[in-house]
Amino acid sequence: MSQTDFHYQKKELPANLSKLGILLFVVGAALSLTAFFVDQERAIFNYLVTYMMIVSIGLGSLFLIALEYIAGADWSTPIRRIPEFFAMLLPVLLVLVVPILIFNHDLFHWAHKEALADDKILQGKAPYLNESFFYIRTFVFIGLWSLFFFVLTKNSRKQDETKDQSLTKKNIRFSAIFIIVFALSLTFTAIDFMMSLEPHWFSTIYGVYYFAGTVVAALAAITIAVVKLKEKGYFGTWMTNDHLFSLGALLFAFINFWAYIAFSQFMLIWYADLPEETFWFLTRWNGGWMFISLLLIVVHFLVPYFALLTQPSKMNPKRLKFIAVWLLFAHLLDIFWLVMPNMGTMKNGYVFSWIDLVFPIAGLGLVIFVFTFAAKKANLIPIGDPKIKRGIDFHL
Amino acid sequence: MNNEKKLYGIAATFKTPDEIIKAAKTTSSAGYISFDINTPYPVHGMDGAMKLKPSKLGFVTLIMGLTGASIALLLMFYTMSIEYPIVIGGKPFFALPAFIPITFELTVLLATLSTVGTMIALFFRLPDNKHPLHDTEYMKSVSNDKFGLVIESEDEKFNETEVLNFLKKLNPLTTELVYFPQEEAYPILQPKFLLFLISVAIVVSGGTYFSLNKLLIITPFNWMMDQEKVIPQKPSDIFADGRGMQLPVNGTVARGFIPYPYAGQTNPVEVLANPTLPTKENLELGKAKFFTYCSPCHGYFADGDSRLRGQFPNPPTLHSKRAKDFSDGMIYHIITNGQNVMPSYSSQITRDERWAIVNYVRVLQRAKNASDQDLIDMNKEAGSNVAN
Repeated sequence: MSQTDFHYQKKELPANLSKLGILLFVVGAALSLTAFFVDQERAIFNYLVTYMMIVSIGLGSLFLIALEYIAGADWSTPIRRIPEFFAMLLPVLLVLVVPILIFNHDLFHWAHKEALADDKILQGKAPYLNESFFYIRTFVFIGLWSLFFFVLTKNSRKQDETKDQSLTKKNIRFSAIFIIVFALSLTFTAIDFMMSLEPHWFSTIYGVYYFAGTVVAALAAITIAVVKLKEKGYFGTWMTNDHLFSLGALLFAFINFWAYIAFSQFMLIWYADLPEETFWFLTRWNGGWMFISLLLIVVHFLVPYFALLTQPSKMNPKRLKFIAVWLLFAHLLDIFWLVMPNMGTMKNGYVFSWIDLVFPIAGLGLVIFVFTFAAKKANLIPIGDPKIKRGIDFHL
Repeated sequence: MNNEKKLYGIAATFKTPDEIIKAAKTTSSAGYISFDINTPYPVHGMDGAMKLKPSKLGFVTLIMGLTGASIALLLMFYTMSIEYPIVIGGKPFFALPAFIPITFELTVLLATLSTVGTMIALFFRLPDNKHPLHDTEYMKSVSNDKFGLVIESEDEKFNETEVLNFLKKLNPLTTELVYFPQEEAYPILQPKFLLFLISVAIVVSGGTYFSLNKLLIITPFNWMMDQEKVIPQKPSDIFADGRGMQLPVNGTVARGFIPYPYAGQTNPVEVLANPTLPTKENLELGKAKFFTYCSPCHGYFADGDSRLRGQFPNPPTLHSKRAKDFSDGMIYHIITNGQNVMPSYSSQITRDERWAIVNYVRVLQRAKNASDQDLIDMNKEAGSNVAN
């Protein structure tokens, strides 16, 4: 039922965007470096927050690409390049993770030999939580993510020229493998980088919780990019509100999923009331943390839930863009809430510092720069994909 | 044209989804409003092609969802926090986190069921279930592999010949005139439907009965029942003798229980001595227990004049010479052991209460045969001198 005529002509992203990314990154990085000399512990914790945020956007995007291949979705095919560009962040992680590994003693209690000596629980967890195994896991996971990123995007780009349909089949297979790799590596990453900050605490749902946030963040980033590009005319007239609706519906679904998982985690611990589990939430109820905990419910669930509840609101580009920015911030707050209370000096309540604000600036700059860098090399639309026609003609 | 039949609309079928989209676009552009599309599966882009307004069904969902949430929250709030507050797991009476799963479930349940129910009711025009398109050739083909378009006669622009010509221009496979059904053409209570309802009821109740009473005791569903643990009053493989509840060791004495050495003897050679003193409290206790346990047969004054008198054997008086000559221990023995038709009261009256009854029986016996001196003594004690 394709009546739409479709001719793609590559239109470069404005050079200013790339410059803006570099500017933000340089300013943010300079401030962050200053912060590092002011308060090393706080700086490295904040660095971890921004690092996990970048993992969320990059890895979540790759997950959504894989999901599209496996599910055989049409509607997202024309905008698949956007998550592909974001997934370019994954190889960058190989560099970004280095400071965390260098300063792991500031972050991880279990990395201290003297803490291990008279702590039975840490001794029991030592076969998993030790520095060498931690390094191995980190690099294996980042390596696997980068590998799948290269394979999936390379096939996708090759298809632009060759129009070879068998590449889609190949990518479907790779995606199926990646989903399993993704589930395991994401869970262990969440455990390694965030849950192990408090090594005495455990929650079996933690990986799923981080997964829910990851997808929200990646979808939000994609939505911002799509709406922005649409407004600037990078997509043809074929892009209707029905495409936006699908993005909005997915966002809405994953907000609910996040709330469901977050509440499940909270309710089981609240109900069982075991001291070995509850202290984690009690720490997040000390002093100012109480307000941040409550704020998280409002920011990450209630406001976006009602903002996206009706069908027209999911189709409204302006509202969608606003909510997507909002949700990116919400996910940052979520990670902040997961990570920061584990800092020694923050256990008794939140103390504001300018340091908390500078790292996301550098992160934002980096994401913009990587996005424009990736966009330079590829078409904005996967013109060789066999599903592209159906995707462009997509209607609800 | 049949004058008795009223025209519902004119239907046309098409072969492909592309054709039906095009037909829908043409029809809506031609200004028809009351027309409908029937397809075997959802065709994307149909809402836009038909120029439909957004469905109002969402409001039903919203209202019923809110209703479900309020019902669940208010019911739990009223029952668990106000009407019958019980401490559960040390949680507050109004434990919101514990209420949320049920609130969520009921919200979703009412919202979805009412949405589906309303949708079906609107589509089928319930409760009559007489949508004119039922049982037409048109409906048979569009619920199989064709794509159909109906222009309804209630449309302002409707004109039979015009519409027919209009449809012909769209190159349909078939066209069909659909009439309103005759009265009672589709009664909901026709025998076939009733039979269907009955068989559903039988299948559902049979299935429920089977799964609850039969299926659940078949392996592996019975694993919850077959637990490796000792169940009271049931045999168990854990012990060598196969009993779940073990017998006490020989000679075990239950707590608060002192065994009676002369149990079972009709004419004991020796009996116990009375260990209690007839104090006022003791006699009050004896009186109360005598009224409860003894008076139904022996009477309130132990004359054997209760309402059982006249039956065989008559309940005996306790003022006979034989009874008066019994030692305290012998009366105790009779209460404990029973005599003739009188059963043993050892399981109902405690040891101390039995002795208190013995003391009270002695009081009754003496009261019945009081000497003059007793009367004088009693009056003295009561501080009066009426008797003399």
